Amino acid sequence: MSKNNQGAKKILSFPQMGNYYIPVKYLFKHIFSCEIMSPPNITTKTIELGSKYSPEFVCTPFKYTLGTFIESLDRGANILVQAGGGCRYGYYSELQEQILKDLGYEFTFVNFVTAGNRNIKNILKEIRKFEPKFKKIRALYYLFITSKMIKYMDNIDHYIRENIGFEVEKDSFIKLNNRMLKDFSKVKSYYQLRKLYKSYFMKFRELKINKPENCLKVGIIGELYTVMEPFANYYLERELASYNIEIKRYTNAHYLVFEKAREVKKYLKYASEYIKYRMGADAHDNIGRTKYLCTHGFDGIIHIKSSFCTPEIGAMPIINKICKQYNVPVIYFSFDANTSEVGIKTRIEAFYDMIEMRREK
Amino acid sequence: MKECYLGVDIGSISTKGVIIDNDNNIIKSLYIWTEGNPVEAVKRLISKLKANLPKSIVIKGIGTTGSARKLIGLMLDANIVKNEITAHAVGTLSRIPDARTILEIGGQDSKIILLDNGIITDYSMNTLCAAGTGSFLSSQAKRLGVDVEEFGELALKSENPVKIAARCTVFAESDLIHKAQIGYDKKDIIAGLCRSVVINYLNNVGKGKKIKGPIVFQGGVSKNKGVLKYFKEILHEDVIVDKDSHLMGALGIAILSKKYRTEKTYSLDINNISFETIGSECKGCANNCEVLKIYKDKVLIDSFGNKCPKGAVKS
Repeated sequence: MSKNNQGAKKILSFPQMGNYYIPVKYLFKHIFSCEIMSPPNITTKTIELGSKYSPEFVCTPFKYTLGTFIESLDRGANILVQAGGGCRYGYYSELQEQILKDLGYEFTFVNFVTAGNRNIKNILKEIRKFEPKFKKIRALYYLFITSKMIKYMDNIDHYIRENIGFEVEKDSFIKLNNRMLKDFSKVKSYYQLRKLYKSYFMKFRELKINKPENCLKVGIIGELYTVMEPFANYYLERELASYNIEIKRYTNAHYLVFEKAREVKKYLKYASEYIKYRMGADAHDNIGRTKYLCTHGFDGIIHIKSSFCTPEIGAMPIINKICKQYNVPVIYFSFDANTSEVGIKTRIEAFYDMIEMRREK
Repeated sequence: MKECYLGVDIGSISTKGVIIDNDNNIIKSLYIWTEGNPVEAVKRLISKLKANLPKSIVIKGIGTTGSARKLIGLMLDANIVKNEITAHAVGTLSRIPDARTILEIGGQDSKIILLDNGIITDYSMNTLCAAGTGSFLSSQAKRLGVDVEEFGELALKSENPVKIAARCTVFAESDLIHKAQIGYDKKDIIAGLCRSVVINYLNNVGKGKKIKGPIVFQGGVSKNKGVLKYFKEILHEDVIVDKDSHLMGALGIAILSKKYRTEKTYSLDINNISFETIGSECKGCANNCEVLKIYKDKVLIDSFGNKCPKGAVKS
C-alpha cells in the first residue's frame, strides 16, 4: 500500500477536532504557501482505520487522529501537522509518524510539540522543513486574528450551549452557527472579523427561545478531545439539549491554548482541600470545576473521557468525593470505538429522569 | 368498567407483561422468553394476557421499557416509553417505599440503583462486561447439564463453594472446566458460580456505591436462591426479594403509563396487525449508518439509526 505523494504539489493537512478546522485552516492558508486541505469529517471509517493501526490500549484521540491522517494521506496530503497535549498525547506524534511510515506512506511530518515540550525555536525549525521562506511578522498577525476567531467561536458556542435546548425553531442555532463559521473563514482583517462577530452575536440573541426561569442545568467535564469532538462523545450535547437542559462546558480551544496556564493556579487554589499539585492534562482543572458546579446550583455533572485516559482516571475518585459531599449526582462515560450507542442513550435518559425527580421533591 | 394499564418490559432474554388496576394491583402477569424476536414475543405475550381477561377491563395506558422499548413502543402505540432504570425504581418503590438500594440482575445487563426518600440518587449499569449476569449463569448451567431453574437449589446444598476465577465469562468457563476435571463436586461448583456472580456484581457495578438497607434484589436472577444466599452473606444484611421480583420493570412502566394516561382507550388486538422492520445502510457518507425503517400495516411509521439529517427517511 505504498503511496508516494512526495515530489508532487505540497498539500498540508492536520487532525480534526470539532469546528476548529476552520480557524486552523484559516491560519495555515495565510502563512504557508502550500495548499491546505481540510481534514475529512470524522466518520465510523476514521475510527475503524485508526483502531486497526493503533496499539489496542491507547486512548481514542490517538486512534481518531491517526485515522484522520490516513484518510488525508489517501486524499493526497503530503505534509501532516500534529501538536501534543499535557499527557501522553505529548508523545503521540512520534509514534504516529512511525506507524504511518511503516504503512508505506511518504510525507513530511511537522510536530509542534516534541516530547511534550513546546518552544518557539523548535516550532520555527519544524516549519522551515517545508516552508523555507517563512515570514514571522506576517505569521504573528494572522496568529492574532486566528486566536480572536477561536475566542469568538468559543463565546458563541457558550451561548449556544446555554440556549440550544430551548430553541423554538428546530436547528435554528446550528444553521446560524454554520453560516457564521463560513463567513469567519473568509475574513481579511481583524476589524472585519470583529464586526462579523458582533453582528452574529446579535443574530443569535434574536433567535427565539423558550427558556424557563429555573431550567435543569448540567455541567460537562472531562478529557479534552472527547469533550470537544462531538463524534467522539456520541453527540452527547445534542442528546442533552433534546431534554431541554442548559449545558455548561469549560474546555474549549481558547481555554487550552491561551488561558490554561493562568487558570490552573486558580483552580489549584480554589480546590486546595482536594488537590495539591497538578495531575496532568485537565485532571486538576476538572476537580476545580466540579467544586464550582457543585456549589453553583447545577443539577448534575457528566464526566466524559476516552477509555484508558490516565489523568482523568486519577481525577475520578476525587470528583466522586466532591459530588458525594455536596450531594450532586454525577455520571461517568468512557468512550471508545466499541461503545454501544443505545447504552449511552439509556443512561442519559435515566440521568435526566433522576435530576428531574430530584427537582420535583 | 375497570380501568387498567399494561406494562411491557422487553429484555434481551425474557419479555414480561403485567396488567395493573388503578391501585397498582397486578391483575394478570406473564413471563416468556424473547428468543431473539421481540415483535413475535410481544405478540405472543399479549395474546396470552388477553385470553380470559374479564370483559369489564379497558386498557387506558400502555408503557414499554427494556432494550426493545422503542420498537415495541411504536408497535403498541404506547403512551410512555422509558428506560429500565427509572421503570425498575418506580416499580420497586410501589412495593417497598422505603427501599434504599436496588440490586438488579437481568439477562445481559445488571444495574444498581440507590434511592433516598423515594427518589433515585445514583445508579450504574454494567458497561464493558457481562460476567455476573443471567446469561453467564444460564450458559454455565448448560455446560454442567443442569437446568438453570434448579441451579439455586443445588447451590444451597453445598457446604464448601469452589473458588472460581470469574473476572470474565470466558475465563470463568475455563476455570470451571478445570475444577470439574480435577474432581470437584457439581453442587460445590454451582455454589462457587453463584458466589462469583455476586462478587463480580459488587466489584463491577457496585464499585464505589454505598449499599444501605433496605436492600431489594430483583430481575430474573433474583429467583436464584444461591445468588440470594451469597448476597446476604457478603453484604451482611438482609436482602428482600419480592414475589414479583422478576416483573418489577413491567410493573414500574405500567405505573408510569397510569401517571401519563390520556383519554385514549387501547385495544389489545394486535395479532392481525402486520409489523415489519427493514434495515438498510445509508450511503450518504463513510459512517454507513444502519437506518431501521418501521412499517405498521405496510405504512412507514418511523425510522431511526441515522446520525445526521442525510439519513432521515421521509415518509
